[in-house]
Amino acid sequence: MAISIDRISKSYGEHKDVHALREISLSVHTGELFGLIGPDGAGKTTLFRILTTLVLPDRGSATVEGKDVRDDFRDIRTMVGYMPGRFSLYQDLSVEENLRFFATIFHTTIEENYELIKDIYVQIEPFKKRRAGDLSGGMKQKLALCCALIHRPKVLFLDEPTTGVDVVSRKEFWAMLQQLKKQGMTIFVSTPYMDEATLCDRIALIQKGSIMSVDTPENLLNKYQGDLWGIRTEHMYKALQDLNNFPSVTECYTFGAMHHAQVSGLQMPAELHNYLDRKYHKNIRVEKIKPTIEDCFMQLMQADEREPVPNE
Amino acid sequence: MLHILRDRRTLLVIFGMPIAQILIFGFALSNEVKNTRIGILDMARDEQSARYIQQIEESEYFETTHELSTTKEIDQLLRAGKVQMVLAIPSTFSEDLAHSRQTQVQVVTDGTNPNVATTLENYTANITRDFQQTLMSATELPYTIKVSTRMLYNPQMKGEYNFVPGVIALVLMLICTMMTSVSIVKEKELGNMEILLVSPMNPLTIVVSKAIPYIFMGLLILTIILVLSVTILHVPIHGSLLLLYVVSLIFIFSALALGLLISSFTNSQQMAMMISLMGLLLPTVMFSGFMFPIESMPWPLQLISNLIPAKWYFYSIQGIMIKGLGIGAIIKEIAILTFFAIFFIGLSVKKFQIRLA
Repeated sequence: MAISIDRISKSYGEHKDVHALREISLSVHTGELFGLIGPDGAGKTTLFRILTTLVLPDRGSATVEGKDVRDDFRDIRTMVGYMPGRFSLYQDLSVEENLRFFATIFHTTIEENYELIKDIYVQIEPFKKRRAGDLSGGMKQKLALCCALIHRPKVLFLDEPTTGVDVVSRKEFWAMLQQLKKQGMTIFVSTPYMDEATLCDRIALIQKGSIMSVDTPENLLNKYQGDLWGIRTEHMYKALQDLNNFPSVTECYTFGAMHHAQVSGLQMPAELHNYLDRKYHKNIRVEKIKPTIEDCFMQLMQADEREPVPNE
Repeated sequence: MLHILRDRRTLLVIFGMPIAQILIFGFALSNEVKNTRIGILDMARDEQSARYIQQIEESEYFETTHELSTTKEIDQLLRAGKVQMVLAIPSTFSEDLAHSRQTQVQVVTDGTNPNVATTLENYTANITRDFQQTLMSATELPYTIKVSTRMLYNPQMKGEYNFVPGVIALVLMLICTMMTSVSIVKEKELGNMEILLVSPMNPLTIVVSKAIPYIFMGLLILTIILVLSVTILHVPIHGSLLLLYVVSLIFIFSALALGLLISSFTNSQQMAMMISLMGLLLPTVMFSGFMFPIESMPWPLQLISNLIPAKWYFYSIQGIMIKGLGIGAIIKEIAILTFFAIFFIGLSVKKFQIRLA
């Protein structure tokens, strides 16, 4: 077990009334690419900071590679790689200087672990004399990943590595993570992008400091209850209100260019079609669609809201 | 507006500082000289001189702490800073008055702070004139007592002698404390500290390595000020240059440790700057003694001034530069400075945070 988290809670604020994490338990296997998926403010960064020994939990315990985050923080700090959500390298040092600096503080050299970062580094090598602050978003993230990898960590912590990065760079970034996984590295990554979830071995859905579900992306999709219909009309806003008033629709929300309606006990799309027709909608299109991770998230969140978290 | 009100600490600074300043400037700090420690060398020792001395002592400006018996002691006492002025009355004081109705006294002052020295001379002259008046009204004969003055260490009455050591103390405090705290807090603000902490490096090593450049910077700046003072302002360095640097280094260490301390409980560069400026710079200006004589402050403020490392530093470098004091004469100041340095370093190590929060 690479990471094991046992009932961790953490609150902030003067009266400890902001609950960032509530009784979270998780375990991540060695060599796994584990994704922590959740919206902003769900508690992802707090969990990362606890696991990287930067913040102490109020209650509960956690170990990384068998070392306790509270007592053995020195050991953990030597063997994990951490890439915070915010770009945290030295903006006024060049690409190469940054890398050399981090190699030095981890008591290693660029040459020693060049193999590991080679694939990533060659992409930023043309800019190695450029200041890190002048790099593009995607380049910055690649450099930050190189710096986090320079000492060949056993566990890699990546806090929202693809936030604010363009689609192409995001794809490239995930391809790199797959490469690193092949080398046996445990990777714990968080992202607010649901589409990236399918690229992980297992994912945990986190919301308001609680974990709603931990599973493989496939299993999570299979667990989806009811059917999902994609609906398009000429008046999207009115349609959203109308759909939410339709008895069989348990939840309806906008998803890209269409509405996703979560429906139970309804077999025929015609019924929905007729309903919208009666409400004077035009150009109605109703199709059954396969749920995505985001739909699963919406469903779990809804279930969560029905049974509110007990306030301690 | 709401934002301003929410930041309680800043609010405290905004409202607390003017109040404190008004109180301190208004009541405590003045260029007026009171209760100055003086020494009296009475070589006449007769009725007339005793009356004269009594009149001097009755004023609120002077307080006789030493009675001298030889002229040699004048320099010793002034050099050690035990008194700021010595009043010498010649043995022929009364005789001269009786025979020629003319006599003189000598006032020797410590010229390292020329403003204070001049003020003391004027006070003495005034009191002497009063004494003259009383004599005259009793006998209706014209008496003249001449006050001849001499300023030691700074015969040309150069203000530089006072402000150069003061500026050195100020600048070193400013550079070392503010720069260290701001540069470390900047790392925190930019998130660099987050990665640095998650590394095998001892967190203290990180911070100490941030502080080291400022030691050299402080020493470099000290050198620049010294070179400028000697070449342009013609301020002499009478004492040992090595001793000057050693004392400065001790002072720099305590300033750096203060900077580390500030950085460990602030999270924004602005806050660190505010605390360094308001919390350290102002007390340094007010209580180190180079702008406002400490002797004329009320005793609670005199006590507080003892807690300001810059006061001790100012005294020692002024002593070394202007009076040419050796290590023996300022051993107390050095000991206190060393204590401050050790105390602040210890405190900042203890308060140092190995985690983010």
